[in-house]
Amino acid sequence: MIINRIVRIHILSRATGWRGLSSVSGPRVCVVGGGPAGFYTAQQLLKARQDALVDIYERLPVPFGLVRFGVAPDHPEVKNVINTFTQTAHHERCSFHGNVNVGRDVSVEELRQAYHAVVLSYGAEANRPIGIPGENLSGIFSAKDFVGWYNGIPANKELCPDLSCETAVILGQGNVALDVARILLSPLDTLKTTDITQHALKALAGSGVRRVLIIGRRGPLQIACTIKELRELVNLPNTRAEMLLSDFEGIKETLKDLPRPRKRLTDLLMKAVNGGEDKAEKSWSFRFSRSPVEVLAGADGKRAAGIRLALNKLEGSGENARAVPTDQLEDVDCGLIISSIGYKSILIDPAVPFDPRRSVVPNDMGRVQDTPGLYCSGWVKRGPTGVIATTMNDSFDTARVLLQDMETGELDLSIKKPGAQAISALLQTRGVRTVLFSDWEKINAEEERRGKPHGKPREKLLDVEEMLQIAWS
Amino acid sequence: MAASAAVRASVTFTQRLVRVSPDCSICPLHRLNLCTGSAGASVSAPSVSASGDCQKEETQEQVVHVVFVDRSGRRSPVKAKVGDNALYLAHKHGIDLEGACEASLACSTCHVYVKSEFCAKLPAPEEREDDMLDMAPMLQENSRLGCQIILTPELDGIELTLPRVTRNFYVDGHVPKPH
Repeated sequence: MIINRIVRIHILSRATGWRGLSSVSGPRVCVVGGGPAGFYTAQQLLKARQDALVDIYERLPVPFGLVRFGVAPDHPEVKNVINTFTQTAHHERCSFHGNVNVGRDVSVEELRQAYHAVVLSYGAEANRPIGIPGENLSGIFSAKDFVGWYNGIPANKELCPDLSCETAVILGQGNVALDVARILLSPLDTLKTTDITQHALKALAGSGVRRVLIIGRRGPLQIACTIKELRELVNLPNTRAEMLLSDFEGIKETLKDLPRPRKRLTDLLMKAVNGGEDKAEKSWSFRFSRSPVEVLAGADGKRAAGIRLALNKLEGSGENARAVPTDQLEDVDCGLIISSIGYKSILIDPAVPFDPRRSVVPNDMGRVQDTPGLYCSGWVKRGPTGVIATTMNDSFDTARVLLQDMETGELDLSIKKPGAQAISALLQTRGVRTVLFSDWEKINAEEERRGKPHGKPREKLLDVEEMLQIAWS
Repeated sequence: MAASAAVRASVTFTQRLVRVSPDCSICPLHRLNLCTGSAGASVSAPSVSASGDCQKEETQEQVVHVVFVDRSGRRSPVKAKVGDNALYLAHKHGIDLEGACEASLACSTCHVYVKSEFCAKLPAPEEREDDMLDMAPMLQENSRLGCQIILTPELDGIELTLPRVTRNFYVDGHVPKPH
């Protein structure tokens, strides 16, 4: 009898991801999305309430979101935060459920029935379209897909960008744009020992790209990147900067009145004008006050061979300056165009309010509009900007608000909620098998093992089926 | 990471090895000539003093008094040793100071305000620290990264305040001078 019970508890705990004893009367919270927003929100909830149970649902078999798929391969220290997230996942009151597509395998409404609170932290997985003719020619990619390609997002593994051209144009001047430029121009020796995907490494080894233009709508004082990334570009070996002095007219005089971060950034940008090794065969440059109006096709009419830009004039100043197009146009020859103008959140479930204009879930400090018990954190809440620290602070804010609602009774904790037990049962009837954190650790170990012969920290698995096979082995 | 430190306390089966940045060039201990060479070693939980395992004898002169002021204004006086790293000291005492990149100058989550009379007693930030500070919200003249503060006898009595990181300004209406 006792043996039966032990076996049953074991099976139950394996199915629901329970480990150890947990309070059956405490708040049960569900987090949708296993990236930084999800993990940081979970971390705060677990710390603040000793009776809270938190379950994190993630669509892929692998956790960590953009920390795994967005942070550049040559920025391994930024990924140290994975250790913090791993600690959270190992917490006895937390469980991770991978391979669950919320919106398809289980609805948000079903989650709301099973949990006292649901936090949407699913980020921004789509791309802002440029909205110009020729955008769908071959040879033009979103930065999201290009980064996904070198960072191992399964959906991007067949991207096969053609890197045989000499000039690449990047639209946008934020950190993602600079990451792409740096990866295109980095010496192979630097990339060889990172977790960049092997197929990207091979493609870059044969790349003909020698010149990268990073184009922005506004001026030098409005670039969205941060100084660390700019400095890396400035210091990139075997490259030189090719900037136009005329783009910097009048800037020097304004420097002293700028806030510190903008001042230091602009200072560095000005130093970079005609900097780098003169004889360097590779170059990068910023081009300002230009907006794309058309992608120009080559002779066959199918591939991008150039881009037509409208010259802008700036109205207003500082962070709020606006770009107003003039009728002056400029054509730039190029064979690769990467559009880095922003990620975009999507609607995953019709029951969730969604602002189609801003592409975020409408909310007040993390409480989803008109939907008690539903919260949001991270990019899906605020929009797709900011570094990990920004998302961290935001997630802490949402957790604070959620905890407040628990204290005030806004969330009725007296109602018993079944939590993961109910959802796991539902998923089982739908033929969906989840990936536990311990299953991810098998995938992790396999990736590290495969990376070793190449001298890389890991070789990422690119195929979801293969991930699942290893997870459940 | 302070939250995860508390979380760690209730993890029964996980051994947490604190990793110190292996890059000596950015470690303040190295720059201050306080490194005993053991900074690269793993230290097992829960003793999270990743301060380079200062091997000096604990004498009265080696004690450095530090006060952490958290986001709600609560003061936590702690006793530290010369050579201790402020970030890991905070973790040891359950202060809510995150250190996402684990002291590798790749984030700004350990941003603190240093009590003004102690600012000059700290070595000037190197360029990489300044670059990270530029990204910290509510940056002030007395902002520093906690992971770069190594305690010396001159810093006895130092106060480190955690910034309010929400969009709201201070409760009393005080607006930090923009930088």
